Amino acid sequence: MRLRVFAALAALSLAALTGCGESGSGGASAAGPLRIMAPAAPGGGWDQTSRIAEQAVKAADPKRKVEVYNVPGAGGTIGLAQLAGEKGNGNLLMTMGLVMVGAIEQNKSKVTLAETTPIAKLTEEYEIVVVPAESPYKTLADMVAAWKADPAKVSISGGSAGGTDHIVAGLMAKAAGVDPKQVNYIAHSGGGEALNELLGNKVSAGISGVAEFAEHVKSGKLRALGVTSGERIEGLDAPTLKEAGLEVELSNWRGFVAPAGLSEADKTALTDLVTKMHDSQPWKDAVAKNGWIDSFQTGQQFADFLASEQTRVKGIIAEMGLVS
Amino acid sequence: MESLQLLLDGFAAALTPVNLMYALVGVTLGTLVGVLPGIGPAMTVALLLPITFTVPPASAFIMFAGIYYGGMYGGSTTSILLNTPGESASMITALEGNKMARRGRAAQALATAAIGSFVAGSIATALLVVAAPAVVSFAIAFGPEDYFALAVMAFTAVSSVLSRSVVRGLASLGLGLVIGLVGIDQQTGQARLTLGIPQLLDGIDVVIVAVGLFALGEALYVASRLRHAPPEVVPVGRAWMGRADWRRSWAPWLRGTALGFPFGALPGGGAEIPTFLSYAAERRLARGTAREEFGKGAIEGVAGPEAANNASAAGTLVPLLTLGLPTSATAAIMLAAFQQYGLQPGPQLFDHNPALVWGMIASLFIGNTMLLVLNLPLAPLWARVLRVPRPYLYAGIVLFAALGVYALNGTVVDLFVLYVLGLLGYAMRRFGLPVAPAVIGMILGPMAEIQLRRALAIGAGDVTVLVKSPVAVVLLVLSLLALLMPLFRKLSARRKPPARSTSEQESR
Repeated sequence: MRLRVFAALAALSLAALTGCGESGSGGASAAGPLRIMAPAAPGGGWDQTSRIAEQAVKAADPKRKVEVYNVPGAGGTIGLAQLAGEKGNGNLLMTMGLVMVGAIEQNKSKVTLAETTPIAKLTEEYEIVVVPAESPYKTLADMVAAWKADPAKVSISGGSAGGTDHIVAGLMAKAAGVDPKQVNYIAHSGGGEALNELLGNKVSAGISGVAEFAEHVKSGKLRALGVTSGERIEGLDAPTLKEAGLEVELSNWRGFVAPAGLSEADKTALTDLVTKMHDSQPWKDAVAKNGWIDSFQTGQQFADFLASEQTRVKGIIAEMGLVS
Repeated sequence: MESLQLLLDGFAAALTPVNLMYALVGVTLGTLVGVLPGIGPAMTVALLLPITFTVPPASAFIMFAGIYYGGMYGGSTTSILLNTPGESASMITALEGNKMARRGRAAQALATAAIGSFVAGSIATALLVVAAPAVVSFAIAFGPEDYFALAVMAFTAVSSVLSRSVVRGLASLGLGLVIGLVGIDQQTGQARLTLGIPQLLDGIDVVIVAVGLFALGEALYVASRLRHAPPEVVPVGRAWMGRADWRRSWAPWLRGTALGFPFGALPGGGAEIPTFLSYAAERRLARGTAREEFGKGAIEGVAGPEAANNASAAGTLVPLLTLGLPTSATAAIMLAAFQQYGLQPGPQLFDHNPALVWGMIASLFIGNTMLLVLNLPLAPLWARVLRVPRPYLYAGIVLFAALGVYALNGTVVDLFVLYVLGLLGYAMRRFGLPVAPAVIGMILGPMAEIQLRRALAIGAGDVTVLVKSPVAVVLLVLSLLALLMPLFRKLSARRKPPARSTSEQESR
């Protein structure tokens, strides 16, 4: 309903502005219109990815009709439950990622990723560990030493409980030999809110996506202790966590899954379409502009990756005592 | 002086016919979504984000700014006319505004809201130009303990003025606190009071609570009374603000602006708290006729909060532009829009893209003016809505309430919650419980809780962190005074020498 109301409002205003409505796009292509579900409210990462994908699919296959719709709630698990009800629908994709894997565990969602058909991994973003400029911790080793001495005294600010930032904190604690349950994690609704406490020097450290903190690291307001990538990130003066002494590597990845029960033909068609989308210019431009890492992966490769991420996230969330 | 030159350049860039069109579309859309409960400016801007692929940045931001301001203003129209706040930030407006409308002063209430929004928006935008750096350093210095103290102050300031009976006010506040608990606890990720329903994991949206308790509760109550008494006829009243209205409005406009702007700049301050505080302040400061009118439709109670919510909208742009720090949902999506253009708001933005920033600030002035031009002549027209016979009018309200709430997430669960809250709202009216404290508790409760827990976690469990910051101490002392003042007044009225010794003991 919202989409319809808005589509109407937006179309009216845009048509009025540009003076051109929808020009007749000829006959429909063989496949029906593609729908992409963003299992989150408009404005977030999954929504953004979905809407860029919409543009890119349109560029890759001008005849195909594409529509993005939002199903917000509970870390994407509400959308996941809806997807499970679309068994066999070969014209539906859902954007998802690491956060959903965590949310399924944490919310004890009845529907899991087993009830989906993995299609492709699209992008990755790495996480960064920072401290305020005034912080006594000059390196990650300083922070780890303090952490081991008294975990409660090291407060770490980041996004929502059980989200990527929190998982990184848990993995770091485990690697450092600190009980993950003891991590003093200060959860926020997003990295932006966490940023405020770092700039005000209220917390010991912060974890978020590289893009969210990079500007402030460059301006000297925050000091980067490490990034969660395998190798150093270009243009950013920060060691990897591994170099700095903690065996942690993690990326906040995003990808597409489709409903379960797809025919082989439907699955191949969707994979081909997504591959074409990935090769299109609008997609490449968007990846560059958002500072994403292109980590395109399809078929069995992505299915295996998904399975290993599920095991890893499940383990750390249980160790942190986050399962309700 | 250099800023002024840059601002003039900004006006030159923004004042093209095409951009004016975008501004017009923005404020119109904004007013529309403000009027509809459930659909807010944040969602509108988010859904229009794809236009950033094709439209030049200046035009897009002009439109987005128009939507933002328009949404803040639009919510007040339904608050005043129908006691149905379209946004949580215009909830307080309903308290006095709707009473004014029922006494035939709807046009005046709408006009003071429109002009107050304009005045506040303009002053706040001007402050954005001159005071951004100072305000932002103040905002960053605000820690969790200060937010907690702020929430405590808002509780005490508001609860003491909202109800004639303290017990009823507290009962309503308690209901709101319980509603605020529903959902995943942010610090631990555990679900609370969700009854195993996944749709409740994200909590109950404040819009549903406001619409359910205010609009639906009101509609049910009116329906239950229709047979008992002939419907009260709303007097038509005058079309424009009289001299007395102007005299009584200007000070609340300014005070509302002074409250709203800094709160908007605070991450986590929000647009609601300054409206609560503005209402509380106006009610306390009221003298003479105004004092008698409060609770029955005092224009000050509309002018202040309306100015406050628009000023806070401008305030949110301070941390957004200077730090890249979004402090409201709409600001977060504007940040995404900046990134779509490959711009990173932050300390360097003013130096790297002066044309864009100043163009946007100029466009705020333009959007604000356009809003006034659009809405002021409409005030008397809108006021006629009240002549629609009650049964039709309230049927329409129920329809729009349900439509707006369904549009929020597109789930039937939300509708169910809405109806349950509507029944609760009816029961509260039937048994004389005020509705506003419940919504206030629902907004402030979670904030107080989360900030208290953050402060304690950062302090590793040491309770004294709550009084270590000077800001927090000042706010807590103020709230203690707000609580004790009525007691002292009673005491000093009874005995001549006021009991000063206790006051000193208590406040430290």
